[in-house]
Amino acid sequence: MEAIILQILNGLDKGSAYALIALGLTLIFGTLGVVNFAHGALFMIGAFCAVTLSRILTLSHEVIDPTRVDFLGNPLKVDVPYLYDWFGVETGDMIIDWAVPLSILFAIPVMIGIGVIMERGLIKHFYKRPHADQILVTFGLAIVLQEIIKYFYGANPIPTPAPDAFVGSFDFGVLIGFEANQIIYPYWRLVYFAFACLVIGAVFAFLQFTTFGMVVRAGMADRETVGLLGINIDKRFTIMFGLAAAVAGLAGVMYTPINSPNYHMGMDFLVLSFVVVVVGGMGSLPGAVLAGFLLGILESFASMAQVIDLIPGINQVIIYLVAIIILLTRPRGLMGRKGVMED
Amino acid sequence: MFGLNKKDTTLLIIVAALCAFAPFLLNPFPEGSDMAQFNAGYPDLMQRFVIFGIFAIGFNILFGLTGYLSFGHAAFLGVGSYAAVWMFKLLSMNIIPAIILAVVVSGLFALLIGFISLRRSGIYFSILTLAFAQMSFALAYSVLTPITGGETGLQLALDDPRILGISQTAQGNIPVPGLFGMEMRDSFEWAVGSWLFTFNFGYYICALIMLISFYVSIRIFRSPFGMMLRAIKSNQQRLNYTGLNSRPYTLAAFVISGMYAGLAGGLMASMDPLAGAERMFWTASGEVVLMTILGGAGTLIGPILGAGMIKYMENIISKINETILHEWFYWMPDGIEDLLVAMVYPFIGKGWHLTLGIIFMLVVIFLPGGLVEGGQRIANLFRRRKAKKDDTKGTTEPAE
Repeated sequence: MEAIILQILNGLDKGSAYALIALGLTLIFGTLGVVNFAHGALFMIGAFCAVTLSRILTLSHEVIDPTRVDFLGNPLKVDVPYLYDWFGVETGDMIIDWAVPLSILFAIPVMIGIGVIMERGLIKHFYKRPHADQILVTFGLAIVLQEIIKYFYGANPIPTPAPDAFVGSFDFGVLIGFEANQIIYPYWRLVYFAFACLVIGAVFAFLQFTTFGMVVRAGMADRETVGLLGINIDKRFTIMFGLAAAVAGLAGVMYTPINSPNYHMGMDFLVLSFVVVVVGGMGSLPGAVLAGFLLGILESFASMAQVIDLIPGINQVIIYLVAIIILLTRPRGLMGRKGVMED
Repeated sequence: MFGLNKKDTTLLIIVAALCAFAPFLLNPFPEGSDMAQFNAGYPDLMQRFVIFGIFAIGFNILFGLTGYLSFGHAAFLGVGSYAAVWMFKLLSMNIIPAIILAVVVSGLFALLIGFISLRRSGIYFSILTLAFAQMSFALAYSVLTPITGGETGLQLALDDPRILGISQTAQGNIPVPGLFGMEMRDSFEWAVGSWLFTFNFGYYICALIMLISFYVSIRIFRSPFGMMLRAIKSNQQRLNYTGLNSRPYTLAAFVISGMYAGLAGGLMASMDPLAGAERMFWTASGEVVLMTILGGAGTLIGPILGAGMIKYMENIISKINETILHEWFYWMPDGIEDLLVAMVYPFIGKGWHLTLGIIFMLVVIFLPGGLVEGGQRIANLFRRRKAKKDDTKGTTEPAE
């Protein structure tokens, strides 16, 4: 029982990332009908937003510290972040410590901007082209974005720690009435899961309860009719693209403490996220979320030692295997709508 | 000739001539000169040109003709490599059985994957093939280590049986792949003045095989089978309404292109007898897609051009470094020189992937037909200009 709960918990954080990326992919696909291979790159750029902000926050200037001397006897020069000067040492430290959560505020406008520029500048011209062309051009874009990040940040992973308050693990088992030391779970992963739920909830609420969301949903169902009613649906879809980019970016920002960001992390997630979208059903938002969590949990179950002993290598292939079985038996995906990209 | 029409024969002969004289054509700069680093006429790179040419030709039979975009073609290349290396380990160092086994095994593998993936089309097909390739990669990397060598890759060893050959040479080394006594790495060097031309046996074997595969691909393009594949690309639904089942055709195309990939993998292992799982990674599949699109999908010569261009860029552009840039721009005023170097620098050396990505995007956006379409457009431009001139000559002055 403990082991099962532990595996479910372990699957949740990866599942959250899959669900968030797949949600963005599905938003783009459902609204614009574009298969976006650059979505993983957006996830990666989000992660590097966190890196950038923490670098900005730690921008420092040299100050001579008269109280200390270096080994030659000269007064020691120390780097002091500007934040210390502005807010005092204590507040400054706290702000630097909370760089990753703060990056959310920084990442949202950046990602929406990137998304809108991408849609207006490039993707707009590909609506009428075949899906293969869309895949290819966004694939090329993903390479370019990835290489640009590599040029500025280097090829090595950049560790970006979580705030001190969330470092370390806690005993989750005690909370739900198990013995101590049975289910140990890192704080940050729980934060990530909660955050993912929040973002997913916000996106659904936005689509469900606002006029804007209603128009977008109407556009997803029948774009032409909405256009004939005198609504500028293109503009709204562009904003939805920005929103999808922001969702991917936020997933990336919050993922940085779990996995140090490097320039190819997006591609690693992209392949799996596509599989998630297909399993969930092309164009179905709840399907994408459900499949994301489901596959994340399945993956963590498959990496249990007992399961690996039974079927060696299953942890490496389980997601693809599930995708193949789903596509062959239920081509529409778990919750796919009828008539959306069925062939 | 060989059942080809005049145009195709010319094309085949041009490609044959290019292959035969590649050691000269790719080595235009004298040894020791500043430009010598742009010489691509060394055996390793030339072999890669033609091997990836074969790979891309095969991919083009699937993508160019049927329009099915496979994102997992590298899996067949990897399987072919493994099969070939196993043949070297078990049978002999002769490359013929190795290549045959590589083609057969990858063909069977393609049959299996194609049978499942071709049930779906469009984006689903791409994702299915991608999933299969990633699965093969993951398996080759982990569980199948006894067969694939896992992370280190599959290598030859001194105690391999090699039933028909020798386990080790008289000097106690691992024998090298060869063809009836000729070794793949045998080279003949010919110095003319300050030029040095290398004629490598392995390269010529690869080039010969590429010519044969190119010929076969021309025949496929011109055959009724090829017409059928093109019909599938232009409108599969209509084809189904006429009562034709298109799946056997697409499956045949898939298997053929898988066998081409296996052939390329087998040759790769013949030139350098080791195989690693990274050959099956999905970026490798992406690379062959890039090659085909860059050259021109659906054209005969396109994939070869694309493969050559990408491999050339990969080797040459990634060799340029900052010092070389400074040498190029030394004649400019200092400030401008530094500015130019700073501007060009991100695109060279380690940044060559960036250049590749940008070129690829530009090609997809502006030249969906690839380099071949670009060439045709330029040719048309000249032709039209000529035609216009003729027109002006031909018009008669109105009578007054």
